[in-house]
Amino acid sequence: MPASPRRAAVIGGNRIPFARANRAYANATDLDMLTTTLDGLVARFGLAGERLGEVVAGAVLKHSRDFNLTREAVLGSRLAPATAAYDVQQACGTGLQATIAVANKIALGQIESGVAGGVDSASDAPIALNDDLRRVLVKLNAARSTTERLALVGQLRPGQIVPEIPRNAEPRTGLSMGEHAARTALEWGIGRTEQDELAARSHRNLAAAYDRGFFDDLLTPYLGLTRDDNLRPDSSADKLATLKPVFGKGPDATMTAGNSTPLTDGAALVLLGSDEWAAEHRLPVLAHVVDAETAAVDYVHGGGARGADHRHSTDGLLTAGVFAVPRLLERHGLSLQDFDLYEIHEAFASVVQVQRRAWEDARFCRERLGRDGALGAIDDGRLNVAGSSLAAGHPFAATGGRIVATLATLLRERADSEKTDQRGLISICAAGGQGVVAILETKA
Amino acid sequence: MTGNDLLATLSNTPIARQLGVPTVPALRRHRPGDPLLAGPVLVASAGTGRFATPVAAFVEEHGQPAVSEPAEETLHGVVVDLSGATTLADLAAAQQILTPAVRRLGPSGRLLLIGAEPAEAVASAGAEAAAVAQGLDGLVRSIGKELRAGATANLLVAAEATPPAALDSSLRFFLSARSAYVDGQVVHVGTPVGTPQEPAEVDDPRAEERPLAGRTAVVTGAARGIGAAVADTLARDGATIVAVDVPAAGEGLAATANRTGGTALQLDITADDAPERLLRHLAERHGGVDLVVHNAGITRDKLLANMTEDRWNAVLAVNLGAQLRINEALLAAGSPLHDAGRIVCVSSQSGIAGNRGQTNYAASKAGVIGMVRALAPRFAGRGATINAVAPGFIETEMTQTMPLGTREAGRRVNSLRQGGLPVDVAETIGWLGRAESGGLNGQVVRVCGQSMLGA
Repeated sequence: MPASPRRAAVIGGNRIPFARANRAYANATDLDMLTTTLDGLVARFGLAGERLGEVVAGAVLKHSRDFNLTREAVLGSRLAPATAAYDVQQACGTGLQATIAVANKIALGQIESGVAGGVDSASDAPIALNDDLRRVLVKLNAARSTTERLALVGQLRPGQIVPEIPRNAEPRTGLSMGEHAARTALEWGIGRTEQDELAARSHRNLAAAYDRGFFDDLLTPYLGLTRDDNLRPDSSADKLATLKPVFGKGPDATMTAGNSTPLTDGAALVLLGSDEWAAEHRLPVLAHVVDAETAAVDYVHGGGARGADHRHSTDGLLTAGVFAVPRLLERHGLSLQDFDLYEIHEAFASVVQVQRRAWEDARFCRERLGRDGALGAIDDGRLNVAGSSLAAGHPFAATGGRIVATLATLLRERADSEKTDQRGLISICAAGGQGVVAILETKA
Repeated sequence: MTGNDLLATLSNTPIARQLGVPTVPALRRHRPGDPLLAGPVLVASAGTGRFATPVAAFVEEHGQPAVSEPAEETLHGVVVDLSGATTLADLAAAQQILTPAVRRLGPSGRLLLIGAEPAEAVASAGAEAAAVAQGLDGLVRSIGKELRAGATANLLVAAEATPPAALDSSLRFFLSARSAYVDGQVVHVGTPVGTPQEPAEVDDPRAEERPLAGRTAVVTGAARGIGAAVADTLARDGATIVAVDVPAAGEGLAATANRTGGTALQLDITADDAPERLLRHLAERHGGVDLVVHNAGITRDKLLANMTEDRWNAVLAVNLGAQLRINEALLAAGSPLHDAGRIVCVSSQSGIAGNRGQTNYAASKAGVIGMVRALAPRFAGRGATINAVAPGFIETEMTQTMPLGTREAGRRVNSLRQGGLPVDVAETIGWLGRAESGGLNGQVVRVCGQSMLGA
């Protein structure tokens, strides 16, 4: 690595409580939620009228009119209108990728401050015109004569009113994310019990975090919601065990609505800045963004991650983090156990378990990751300790911002109480076979 | 704006006037840029007071003539210095001054008496002097009930050691539209505590408009209602606002913070670690605090016969317990409270008069008054003051939901025949919060339009 530039500071965050789709935020748009979340961040850090270096955010489910979503949110917020903004989109990696983009500009000295994150509404999803109908309408709009127009109107068919509804499916495989994850889980032998236990722990941890006021400085209520409405504080592995599988088939199916994330609405943002900017504004530094890595896997071609011919293997859709993390560790000379806390996005409980299983598998680590042996295990007590997506819900582009702000706050708490430097690892899987990972550190 | 006060609207129509419907006066309220004084002020004294000359100078400095006799023109104010009135003859002289003066007092006029401390008067000039000093109390309260068209009457009681300059911030308040709904009050002004910082922009023409410039103010319960108005008003006067409310009220809190250009702190003030978290936040984020407004309050009304432990405890914890604990933390060594710090606690008319169904609330609000009096010497010891405001019937979302009969009664049983506005409470807090208000300590100022309840 070249000599490192300065590191961007994570100063704080704000999110709105996450709401299951078609409930509390059924009538809120991406723009509503992002603007509100930005205003909550502005209020928490006293940034009204301030020009920040940049605001970067995005949404996965996005209306075409929202092409400039983040800039529109800035203009609707209390930030100075002179604050520049742009949109990014990398499926569920959006929020973390936006954070990396802002952090990198700060590290290079191009900007001194910025906000990163994302928003998603599964309730206010963009429904598009049927392609056949759309083609006719486009031509109709371009038509110059009445004859031409009449001919085009004659092409309209009743079937064309069926709209295009966004699907939670991979375009290249036609499989839903859950079906992909179910295949990967089966391949790695991830059992039902460990998935349910992980899910129950997520609910318990999130509930405990709320109860101790952990989110007082991370969240602003919205539309009457003060906590994530997917959270079930009394959740248990036993109760979750009673649910019927919804992904996969037959006796081997393990993935239920309880150990998978529901469709969710919400938004989350992170405030980043240089140490100098933070000091000038008398703002705290929770953590620094050390480095990040994005990996992609081939989940389309070939015959399976553990197949005999690894050169032409197919990896699980949501397993790119398995590859991204060791690259990042290598670059910093770290082992997987050199972290105090881990945040592995719980798209599905099995996705978390597959990553851990892969890193514990010596053969896989040798053959696929080029390591001498297994990366080793991650302690349950250090993983997603303030809950994660299974309990909070997962508004796709909002998850990265939630995780970065949560981890940075946790690291700062530990650094203050234990008087030792703290290091945390984030891994977020994304559609398209991609995974975004990052390291945060906090000085005691 | 007088909320949904239908009578106020109707009574100001010509027909209503012809029918003799009692009028509800429109109160003049402060708007940025308005002059402090709207017309000439009669300044006089009976006895050998020492305040008439500085008060006249104050009036002239604010661009209006200080007259000694009521002439043809309408008076904006009347200030009579009776601090040296020691005999019944002096009191009779005061009547001779006041009688023609009140006839000339204009709409939203301001009548202010300055008296001596009865306890000091008896020591220096005997029982008659003490009786005269105490007599002003009944005099001013009666004038308040007689004045019309939004005019008010108040009494400043000055100690022998009180320097005339210590009255300045109170003159600014009681002679201006900022005190619109403060009527019939007796306020004691002593020797100032703390070193008032010279306003940084003393030559700035806006300094008059921004008396709190450079001061950091915490307002609890700032998400809505009176707390939001306090934040708005203090910000208008130049303060940096730290708006505090429970996490569940965060949405409104963020709006307050952004509207005032301040910051939002979501904090349950009853939490064990709340004082520590609040003070650390103030130290780290703002380098200290100048003004703490204990406004957060809840009601859990129930007749005592049906009162439950949780309703009782919730009200006492928020309205009184949290204030006690935060104040102790502010008094502790190393506290971020600056010199000339000001604590203002929101009490209530219910705490003074009592209110059916509000045993818990009234106990907490009367408790606030006890706390303020008990802590005043301790805050003075570190150059700070603590005072209380006790709102009467204030038009808020809460009062809009009252039954019509209760609401109407609440509005009318005061000398101004209307409910006050949240801004009236806020203006009063702003006055007590000024660095120049160091002479006011341990005071309880009612913002009630001279309510009959508890008077």
